[in-house]
Amino acid sequence: MSVLALTLLVGSGAFAAGLLGALTGLGGGIVIVPLLTLVFGVDIRYAIGASLVSVIATSSGAAAAYVREGYTNIRIGMLLEVATTLGALGGAYLAGLISPNVIAVIFSLVLFYSAWRSTRRREEHPLAEPDRWATRLRLDGTYPTPAGRQAYGVRGVPAGFALMYVAGILSGLLGIGSGVVKVLAMDQVMRLPFKVSTTTSNFMIGVTAAASAGIYLTRGYIDPGLALPVMLGVLSGALFGARILAGARVRVLRNIFSVIIVVLAFEMLYKGITGGL
Amino acid sequence: MTAPRGTGRWTDEQVELFVGNLLRWGVLTAAAVALVGGIFYLVRSGSAPVHYGEFRGQPPELTSVAGVVRGVRALDPRAVIQLGLLLLIATPVARVAFSLVAFLRQRDRTYVVITSIVLLLLLYSLLGFER
Repeated sequence: MSVLALTLLVGSGAFAAGLLGALTGLGGGIVIVPLLTLVFGVDIRYAIGASLVSVIATSSGAAAAYVREGYTNIRIGMLLEVATTLGALGGAYLAGLISPNVIAVIFSLVLFYSAWRSTRRREEHPLAEPDRWATRLRLDGTYPTPAGRQAYGVRGVPAGFALMYVAGILSGLLGIGSGVVKVLAMDQVMRLPFKVSTTTSNFMIGVTAAASAGIYLTRGYIDPGLALPVMLGVLSGALFGARILAGARVRVLRNIFSVIIVVLAFEMLYKGITGGL
Repeated sequence: MTAPRGTGRWTDEQVELFVGNLLRWGVLTAAAVALVGGIFYLVRSGSAPVHYGEFRGQPPELTSVAGVVRGVRALDPRAVIQLGLLLLIATPVARVAFSLVAFLRQRDRTYVVITSIVLLLLLYSLLGFER
């Protein structure tokens, strides 16, 4: 394949991934590595590098809007970024030590988990009583609702912090945003309101990814010719998706996207086990 | 994009507004630089074959900040794209640096420490000390 053909095809695939990711709220980053390795035959190290760069672009682009709307809790984000950046550095080291086939198997497990999560309904918790750490670190906040700003407390800070370290490792190892683990930590463990956990998770993804990106760059994982169409494709797809979000049939799209993720997960698992990558 | 004004403490709203603008302009600038490099790259080597099936790493002009700057001076299109990608990676780092300034001005000692740790980890990765 020529450079031009690859640029156009990869750019279109990345656009579709970014669009579906934005429309379903699942993020497009998670399908980039399977797309590049399974469909385009790209080495998984180049694929992870390109995916990570696109993750920084979409998360920063979306965060720009969310922060201004006042949902993002910058203190929680800052505190948990200590855990995710440490994890991301560790994950990026690990990526250099373990074989691409093992990475593929771990990747497939994360894909299965993401697809499973996306079919489950998220339940809003009653407002939590803050725990000791939340009070000491002044994590409690308010967020806008139709009835004015609503206060919320934060629970489970140590457990959430630990889970964020794991999210960071996965991000550095697989070149993904790990939004699904971050939201799990903030929804289920720390008991934050949806809008706050989703936007704060997104806010942290860029910093987490930047921590492993430096190491990827040094190792030569980031190929400009490949990362460019992936980054521009996902970014424009995500921006376009955010525009047309109002009229979209989210449930149907979510199911379609979940099926795609499961298919990619099986293929990734198979390739990983048989050593086909 | 203007920094929050006034000599007093910045409010959380001022900080949020500035952070939002910083992220937006960072991403737009990075994408524009990378796109310019990409157009040059396609014009010059669009018909060349690709070889992403096998991992070969990258030449030194593409693996460090200093290398990328050298490559851009030599007008290497791939280095120009890489410069755009570096600007993109630097955007969240700049956001953390700005948060540090904001917490300093708010005299929030706990968060000054927390933010400094994150910033040091990022700089450690980006400046390639682990080489």
